[in-house]
Amino acid sequence: MSNTEDNWLLKVNNLTKIYGDYTENSIKNTGPEFNSNICPETGSIVACADINFELYPGEVLGIVGESGSGKSTVVKLLYFDMEQSLGSAFLMPHLDGLSNILEESNQKKRWIRNYLMGMVYQNPRDGLNFKFSSGGNIAEKLIMGGNFHVGNIRNRATDLLEKTEVPVLRMDDKPASFSGGMQQRVQISKAIANNPPLLFLDEVTTGLDVSVQAKVLDLIRELQQDLGIAMIVVSHDLSVIRMLTDRTIVMKNGRIVERGLTDQILQDPQHEYSQLLVSSLL
Amino acid sequence: MGYVAVKGGSDAIENSLELVEFYRIRNSITPIEIEQIKSQLRLAVDKVMGEGGLFTPDYAAIALKQAEGEVFEAAFILRAFRTTLQRRFYSETINTREMFVKRKISASFREIPGGQILGPTRDYSQRIMDTKKASESTSDIQNFLQQFESKIDKNTLKSIKTYAKVIDLLREQGLLKPIDKKENKQLLDITREAIKFPAARSARLQMLARAETGGLMAMGYASMRGFGSVHPTVGELRYGSVPVTVKDPSGKLRYIGKIEVTEAEMINGTSSNKKSEAALYTIGYGLCFGQNDTKAICMGILDTTMRNPDSNQPANDQEFVLYHTEGIESMGFTNHLKLPHYVTFQSSLKNVREEVERKKEVATA
Amino acid sequence: MVENNKYINKYNFAFIDESTKKEIRRKLLKAVAIPGYQVPYSSPEMPIARGWGTGGLHVTLAIIGKKDIFKIIDQGSDASVNACNLRNFVQSMTGVKTTFDTSEATIIQTRHRITEEELNENQIFVYQVPQPEPLRSVERYENKTRQMHGEADYAKMWVSLYEQFVSHGDIMLGAGYPVKVNNRYIMAPSPIPRWDIPNLNLSKALHLFGAGREKRLYAIPPFTKVEPLEFEDIKFHIEDFKGSACSKTGYKKAFLDEMYYDDGSTNFVINDSNFLDKLSEKEEPIQHENKYINQIEE
Repeated sequence: MSNTEDNWLLKVNNLTKIYGDYTENSIKNTGPEFNSNICPETGSIVACADINFELYPGEVLGIVGESGSGKSTVVKLLYFDMEQSLGSAFLMPHLDGLSNILEESNQKKRWIRNYLMGMVYQNPRDGLNFKFSSGGNIAEKLIMGGNFHVGNIRNRATDLLEKTEVPVLRMDDKPASFSGGMQQRVQISKAIANNPPLLFLDEVTTGLDVSVQAKVLDLIRELQQDLGIAMIVVSHDLSVIRMLTDRTIVMKNGRIVERGLTDQILQDPQHEYSQLLVSSLL
Repeated sequence: MGYVAVKGGSDAIENSLELVEFYRIRNSITPIEIEQIKSQLRLAVDKVMGEGGLFTPDYAAIALKQAEGEVFEAAFILRAFRTTLQRRFYSETINTREMFVKRKISASFREIPGGQILGPTRDYSQRIMDTKKASESTSDIQNFLQQFESKIDKNTLKSIKTYAKVIDLLREQGLLKPIDKKENKQLLDITREAIKFPAARSARLQMLARAETGGLMAMGYASMRGFGSVHPTVGELRYGSVPVTVKDPSGKLRYIGKIEVTEAEMINGTSSNKKSEAALYTIGYGLCFGQNDTKAICMGILDTTMRNPDSNQPANDQEFVLYHTEGIESMGFTNHLKLPHYVTFQSSLKNVREEVERKKEVATA
Repeated sequence: MVENNKYINKYNFAFIDESTKKEIRRKLLKAVAIPGYQVPYSSPEMPIARGWGTGGLHVTLAIIGKKDIFKIIDQGSDASVNACNLRNFVQSMTGVKTTFDTSEATIIQTRHRITEEELNENQIFVYQVPQPEPLRSVERYENKTRQMHGEADYAKMWVSLYEQFVSHGDIMLGAGYPVKVNNRYIMAPSPIPRWDIPNLNLSKALHLFGAGREKRLYAIPPFTKVEPLEFEDIKFHIEDFKGSACSKTGYKKAFLDEMYYDDGSTNFVINDSNFLDKLSEKEEPIQHENKYINQIEE
C-alpha cells in the first residue's frame, strides 16, 4: 500500500498538553534545547507540544522516549483519556476525516472509542474493570458496539480469548486472579473486540517477565498481520519498537526530536538523543 | 372486608400513638415547662435548632418535649414545621466580627486580640458525676444566681466591645491563600433546590450546618486520625450572639433580632508545586446555631477536606460526606427498613429459589 | 411561659405552600416532557420520615384538587399501616374523598405495587421511590450517573446483567427491575415486582414518580413505550407462582402473597387487597393485559 498525502488513517496537528497556567513563552522556553519541560516563568508542565504526524491504514508507528518525554500523553490524548490544551486530530473513518475528533461531544467520542479505536494500557487496571469477569470485560466493549445477544457475546469472547491464548475456561473469572501476562492478553482481547482499524499500545510489556514479554509481543505481531490493524506502540524500550514497528518517532522533553523508518533510525540515528538510545540498546 | 382491614391498621396506629403519650408522661404528672427546657436543656435545644435548620428556642423546646428528649426526632419535627413557614426574606450575611462574644479561644496563638475567653465550657471540668444535682432545690438555684450576679459589674458588661479576628491577622500578613479562581461562588439555597455535584461551597456549608453532629464528628475524626490527611489548628472558635438584618422592600436594612451561633475557623497548611508560589494557609469554616463546639469544628474540617476532592478518603468525597451526615434523611431511611417489604421480598425469593433448582440440576448432572 | 395560642398554626390546603407546589408541578411537567429523566426538585421536609413516602406525598399534594378521589396502597394493600397513616394525612390536609376502589380513584399513590385492575386515562398513579437511580448499583457517584444518563452510556448496566447471568444462570434483579423508557432513558420503576413491569408499557394512565430523600421526580406519560432490560436470548420474565391459586378465590392470574400459619400450613392469597375484595364479591374487574399474564393457565 502506498502512503500518499491523503490516504492517511489518522492525522495529528499541533497536539499539545500543558498542565497548569501557561503563556506563549511556556512552549518557547521548554523542550529538548532546554532539557526541561517545566516552564521557568509559570511552573506549568509542557507534557507534549507541537506533535504532528500521520498514520496510514495497517501501519505500525512507534513512539519511543524516556519516561516524562510525553509519549504516553500523546496516545492518552488521542484516546480521549485526557483533554488537549491545543491541537487537533482527524480519523478517516469518522466523517471522512473532516471533523476534529478531539472537539466532538462525549457521546460521539465514546462511539469513536468503541468502534474505531482500542487501547491497551501498561496497567491492566486502567483497561479492565476488575469487578467484572474477563468475559464481562469483553462483553462491555461488544455491548457498546450494539451486541445484545448473550450467546453471540460469549462466542465472540471465546474466539478472542483463543486468539490471544487465554484459557477459555477462565472466561468467567475475574482478571484480578490472573497473571500479569494473562491480564494483558485479556486487555488486548477487549481492545480488538469490535475490530477497530486503530489500536494504541502504551508500554504493554513493561513490568512483565522477559519470557512473558516475548510471548505478548509475538501475539501483538501476529494479530497485526492477521487483522491488518494500524497501531501506535508507545515504549521506552527500543527492542519492542524494533520488533513491532515500521516507522518511529523519538520524543524528548515533550517534543519530537527525530522521525523516520524504524530500521533507519536504528542504523543511523541523527539526533544526539536518538544516538544515545540506540547505543544503549547495542 | 377491605374496610375492616383498614380499620385494623388505623386502629393499630391510634393505639400505638396513645401508648406513646402514656409512656411520655406515665411516671410524672408534673409537666416540664417549655421555659425549663429552654434554660436547663440549653445544649439540647441548640442541637435541635441546628439540625432542624431553624433558630427558634421556643419551638425547639416544644419539639424536645414532644419527642421525649430524642434529639433526632425533635430536629425532624422542627424541620417539618419549618417547611410550613412562609419565606419572607433572605437575611443579609451575618458578620461575626460584630458578635457579642460569650466564648472565644484560639489554639494557634498564645495571645489574641481581646484575649482568650473561655466562657461557658465543660472542657476543663472533671467529668465527675455530681450527685447533688439529684436533690437540687429552687433555693439552691436562687442562691447561686444571687451570688453570681453580685460579682458582675454592670458597667464593665456594657463596655464590652467586639473583637478583631485571628484570621484577619493572618490575612493582613498575606499568609492566607486567595480563593481559587475556579471555586464556584454561586450562592445557592439547598432548601429550594436539590443539591447537585460537584456542589458550590455555599451549598456544601448549608448542608453541613444542618447535618447531624455525630455524623460530622465521625467523618471529621476519621480524616484526622488516619483516613485522610487533615491536621488543622483551631484558628479561632467563638460563640455568642450576632445581629440579623434584612432588606425591606424599600432597600433599607432592618435589624430583626439576634441569633446565637458557634463559629470555627480552622487553619490548614497547603502545598504548592509552583516555584514562585509559597504554600499558604487556608481556612476551613464552620458555623452552626447555638453553642456546639464539636459541630462547628468538624464542619471546619470537612469544609477543608471537601475542597480537596479525593475519592479514596471518605471525608474528601463531597457526595459521601454530605449525603450521609444528613441526619433527618439517614434516620428516615434507616427506619424505613421496618416497613413491610413482603412484595419485594417475594420477588427476590422467586429468583433465589429458581437458582437453587438450577444449581441442583447442575450438581446432579 | 409560652402562651398556648401563640403556637397555633394553620396549614395551607394540601399542607405544602402554593409556591412550592408550583415548583413541584413545574418539575413534573418537565418530567413528563422527558419520559424517564430524573428531574431534581426542592423536596421540602414533610412531617413524614424520609424514606417513608415523602416523594410520593410531594407529588400527590402538589397535584391534588378538591374534587379528586384518593386511594393509597402499600405492598398492594389499602390496610397497610403506613398507607393508613399517609391516607389520614392527605385526607386531613385536603378534605378530599378517599376510596379503596381502584376504578373510582383519580389519584392512586403506591408503594411497591401497581394495581391488578387496569388503569385508565383519567387516573394518575403516584409512586413512592426509595432509590430513583437505576445505575446506582454500578456507579456510586451522582455526578457520574447524571453524565451517564446524559450520554446514554449504559454499558456498565448491561454488563452487570451479563455478569448475573454468568454467575447465577439468570438475571437476578427482583423488584425494581430496570426499564428503558421511550427508547432513551433507563429508569428505576420503584421496587414494584417484575409482575407489574409489563403493565407500565403503553399504559393509559399517567405515572409519576417521587423520590423525596434523593430529591428527584420522573414520569412515564400515557401510552409510552416501557421495556424491561433483556438480552435477545436471555429474557425478562415475571415471578412464576407455578400454578398456585389464591386460596380464597381460586384465581391464578394475580400476584400472590405467600402465607404461613401457626399450624405450619402455607397457602397463597391475592396481594392486591381491592382486587381480592372485588373477586370475592363476584365482581369482574378488568385486569391489565400483557403477554406474560396471558401465558398463565387458568
